[in-house]
Amino acid sequence: MIWGAGMTDILSDRTGAEATPCDMAAIFDVLCPMHLVLNKTGHIIHVGPTLEKIRHKGDWLGKRFLEIFALKRPRSVNSAKELMGVAGSKLHLQLRDPPTTNLKGVLVPSCVDGQQIVNLSFGISAVEAVQVYDLTSTDFAPTDLTVEMLYLVEAKSAAMEASRKLNQRLQGAMIAAEEQAFTDTLTGLKNRRAFDVIIERHLETGSPFALMQIDLDFFKMVNDSHGHAAGDYVLQMVSRIMIAETRVTDTMARLGGDEFVILFPDLSDIAVLKRIGNRIISQLEYPILFQENVCRISASIGTVFKTSNRLATAKQLYEEADLALYASKRVGRARQTFYHEGLMPSSGA
Amino acid sequence: MHGLTNRAIQCFVIDTYGVDRWTECARVADIGFSDFETLLIYDNDLTNEILDTASAVLHRPRFELMEDLGTYLMSHPNTESLRRLLRFGGDTFIEFLHSLDELPDRARLAVSDLILPELDLRDQTATQYSLACRSPIAGSGHVFIGILRAMADDYGALVMLEHLGASQGIETISISLVASEFATGRRFDLGCRDD
Repeated sequence: MIWGAGMTDILSDRTGAEATPCDMAAIFDVLCPMHLVLNKTGHIIHVGPTLEKIRHKGDWLGKRFLEIFALKRPRSVNSAKELMGVAGSKLHLQLRDPPTTNLKGVLVPSCVDGQQIVNLSFGISAVEAVQVYDLTSTDFAPTDLTVEMLYLVEAKSAAMEASRKLNQRLQGAMIAAEEQAFTDTLTGLKNRRAFDVIIERHLETGSPFALMQIDLDFFKMVNDSHGHAAGDYVLQMVSRIMIAETRVTDTMARLGGDEFVILFPDLSDIAVLKRIGNRIISQLEYPILFQENVCRISASIGTVFKTSNRLATAKQLYEEADLALYASKRVGRARQTFYHEGLMPSSGA
Repeated sequence: MHGLTNRAIQCFVIDTYGVDRWTECARVADIGFSDFETLLIYDNDLTNEILDTASAVLHRPRFELMEDLGTYLMSHPNTESLRRLLRFGGDTFIEFLHSLDELPDRARLAVSDLILPELDLRDQTATQYSLACRSPIAGSGHVFIGILRAMADDYGALVMLEHLGASQGIETISISLVASEFATGRRFDLGCRDD
């Protein structure tokens, strides 16, 4: 048909005199259903069957190739002659009409006088193109790997979805585990939840104990001037000091931030607690070295006694220890106050 | 057995019989948890255990249950993505049958540690085929009967399927194609649409 007698002659010559003339366009339609044939002026004279499906509006036959396609790479090709100059190299094309699909292509001169064959492919745009143009697997040559690529894209997204769900579940499990945890992960001390349980247990038995609340002084400055890593390190050092200065039967917890608390079972001697508190303060005041940085902190302490003949709730004891603590802060930090009736809440705290 | 396989059994029981029956299966089988993770590998015994338990709890013979599992995998809305992946095997039911040999390889392309039963399709005549299925899980051939039956519907083909029994770990299915275009099959667009 369009290829003219010249082509069949060439083919016949090659295959011998007996060979029947064959329709090259028909052959190309099967091997490369996304090919075009251009004449020597760069006009489209044949459209492969899959491209026929794409040109849903307007006929391409007789149109200039560059009128239908914008050549994005190599650039500066504006004429049929310049087009021949890019023969054999990879072309990045885009349909000028919406949906401006991107295509890859290669152009080769045909054996017929001045004609050129352009074979096109969707490349990576295939995923989108099959939807937009409603293509089926018969629109691709059986040797074309596009359908396999589409299969892989779907299979991969299904596998990714499974992986995403697993991660979500793990994330949920991690949060649940953290919520159930009783340990402050930074210092290894108990956390507030654990401490609440312990304090309740002591209240139930009715045995006496002392509750010491410790709030670090100048900790914010460490964080602000040396960074959070320095702050974390200081908190770890603080917890070590507290462990060193207390008995194994005492329970320590970090309530959050720079707030710590210690429960001393069976301790009601104010002089003993005073000594412990002072030791903790002076130990904390030793400069802590973190990577060239000298971190200086101190601590304010508020302590309350729970005597065996007193009925109190944990909340009450926390509040009283808090009052004592703020009294320490108020009078200039780095000291310890014991709760007593008449200790007034600070207006400035 | 891959978590995907075990999870498929779990989803089948939940979507077909309800979550309570599944919880019961997990409890009776005493597997120590109630959710299989899709990306973990489990012991093969666990898969056999859960299939036997499900059979007892649901009062259904194990092989019947496995056939229903195959049908479920290809036809339930929750497993639509799986049906689509299998439809990539070919445009017609016969092409699909011929793509079964490469199914394990296709699965491995997507999930590298997923090992599906080895499949071997033989064509005796243009309408008579046999499929050999080798798997460590007894009854896998029945799962493929369910899959083939659902896929035949999907393509609009009319087939007769028969389990010819097992020998040395290989189960054989006979497939007789009565009509390849018996009814209008379900549509398959290459491009996956969300609607």
